[in-house]
Amino acid sequence: MTELPFRLRLIRRDGASRRAALLAPLAALLAAGLVNFLLYIAMGKDPAAVFYAMLVEPFVSWSSFSEVLLKLTPLLLIAEGLAVGFRAKVINIGAEGQFILGAIFAASIPVWFPEATGGWIWALMLLLGGIGGALWATVPAFWRVRLNASEILVTLMMSLIAAQLLNYLLVGPWKDPMGFNFPQSVMFQNDAILPTLIPGTRVNVALILAFVWAGLIYLYMQKSFQGYQLLVGGLAPHATAYAGFSEGRAVWLSLLIGGFAAGLAGAAEVAGPLGQLQRSVSSGYGYTAIIVAYLGGLHPIGIIFSSLLIAALNIGGDNAMVSADLPKAAVEVFQGSLLVFYLAAITLVRFRIQWRPPQEVRA
Amino acid sequence: MSGLAFIIAGMLAAATPFLLAALGELVAERSGVLNLGIEGMMAFGAVVAFIIVHQGGGHAAGFLAAGVAGMALALVFAWLALSLRANQVAAGLAIAILGEGLSALFGKTYESTTVTGLPKIAVPGLADLPVAGGLFQQDPIVWLTLLATLGLWYALRFTKLGLVIRAVGENPGAARAIGYPVLAIRYGAVAFGGLMAGFAGAYASTVYTPLWAEGMIAGRGWIALALVVFATWMTGRVFFGAVLFGAVSLGGLAAQASGVSLNSQFLASLPYIVTIIVLGIISSNKRLLKINGVASLGEPFGP
Repeated sequence: MTELPFRLRLIRRDGASRRAALLAPLAALLAAGLVNFLLYIAMGKDPAAVFYAMLVEPFVSWSSFSEVLLKLTPLLLIAEGLAVGFRAKVINIGAEGQFILGAIFAASIPVWFPEATGGWIWALMLLLGGIGGALWATVPAFWRVRLNASEILVTLMMSLIAAQLLNYLLVGPWKDPMGFNFPQSVMFQNDAILPTLIPGTRVNVALILAFVWAGLIYLYMQKSFQGYQLLVGGLAPHATAYAGFSEGRAVWLSLLIGGFAAGLAGAAEVAGPLGQLQRSVSSGYGYTAIIVAYLGGLHPIGIIFSSLLIAALNIGGDNAMVSADLPKAAVEVFQGSLLVFYLAAITLVRFRIQWRPPQEVRA
Repeated sequence: MSGLAFIIAGMLAAATPFLLAALGELVAERSGVLNLGIEGMMAFGAVVAFIIVHQGGGHAAGFLAAGVAGMALALVFAWLALSLRANQVAAGLAIAILGEGLSALFGKTYESTTVTGLPKIAVPGLADLPVAGGLFQQDPIVWLTLLATLGLWYALRFTKLGLVIRAVGENPGAARAIGYPVLAIRYGAVAFGGLMAGFAGAYASTVYTPLWAEGMIAGRGWIALALVVFATWMTGRVFFGAVLFGAVSLGGLAAQASGVSLNSQFLASLPYIVTIIVLGIISSNKRLLKINGVASLGEPFGP
């Protein structure tokens, strides 16, 4: 029980309610929709036009839905990786930096070897990207395991440093000499671009990769012994330590998996829709993926749905920017409020809310 | 002005956003609540203050509104983390993301506009000293922040309220058993943290660099969180840590001005690199953290 206003109290359920777990994201979406509806009215925008652009338009035409799939790819990859850590109570909020490092590592091939040809180039770039992201995550892992420092703060600081490193490369050694002084690299050669998956759209093979990754994480977290250990380690660290599973190993595994996934996503972005290294390579995927992971209940299957929702919301936001003159930041606000309401709604999964009869209310 | 004089003159002002935010978080953490949302509360406070000052409302109204804005977000956090017992880490991240989104949304039409800062108040006599003179010429907010630091140090250490806040953080069960309303005290501490983060944002956007740019808080809220750990939850050390950070961020500029060639991206990442290094050094001393740490930090409390 705990104190709540309006004579409510929380009673812990014996088991988590499955129905409530599925309803929580929907309730959150409804509540966030309502609050943002009022916000749009206050801003003098036509809320109907905004909601149409944001929630309906992404699904009505094949061309805009293909953009949703394109946006879904990095979110799904990153969020699945982060969720492994979150469930083990290893809070990696630095996927943004790991993504950037993945993009930088992948770009090194076309930047240094612009003449190289061969169908293996893009595959090597993806691999390098994953390695780059994982390497960037070794710093917070080492800091946490050997120096006892909070991975939350270190991963975030590493992201801020990564952004500066990217800036340095793009205004310095990696700047395209023919690029009119724009902070961007050369355009990649054809073999450094991911093959298109659906002709006529920008959707590439990374989409398959993202779903394969989601499947692997599902097997790892739900079916393997090590995944189970990670899970229990997050819930009851003392119990797992007693059973001989070290916390340090959980930290390393979580950060390396999360870093690898984010790096892979970064590589897929430069070798996919961008085709070059740019300053805005990430546009906040690393932070958005945190919301995606929580919204999906940190469950590999749930995250597939939440990444679809958030991807659609982002494409819808782009639409609304054009059709309803809505600033891009409105999508950030929507996502932030969605997470707030989701965290409130999952209370219903763990607790029952009961009206307290008036006579029980203490003065 | 020599490099040293430049650092001495500017370090208090550079430290003030860190200091204000970290003092607020210190109180919240002392009561046992870890609010990771500082960056968002600062960003929201910054935009609210900037808009009001830009519209001619003046700095006093700007700071007040920023404090209220920061506090409003802090109360959303408190509702999630305290009343609903949501995961404090996730709730803090939600506030960080929401605050930055609100900041970008409201600041959109003000991008790259400026306001006028505040005039400096000099201490007569001392301000004319060689080299150190600049230390005694600061804007009023810096002086107020120094007073607030002293006041907070005194309050946490010597007053009954301070003792109650610390007791709630150390052992909420015992504090409740002797009749203190744990959740209400934590609500108050978190709200105070939001107020101070709002002030910190207002200082950053309307006094320290009175120019609006999206993302201008640039991780200072996260560094403030790290400062509380560096300080091992002690007010005096929060002050010295913040001043050290102020000096570091100016030290690079001073070195560059005196002809040392430093890469500007390296300079921009210097505070983050220093944060990581210091965090590693302090945190590896587990005994220190255990002695000074807050026993119930981050744990939800429900009877």
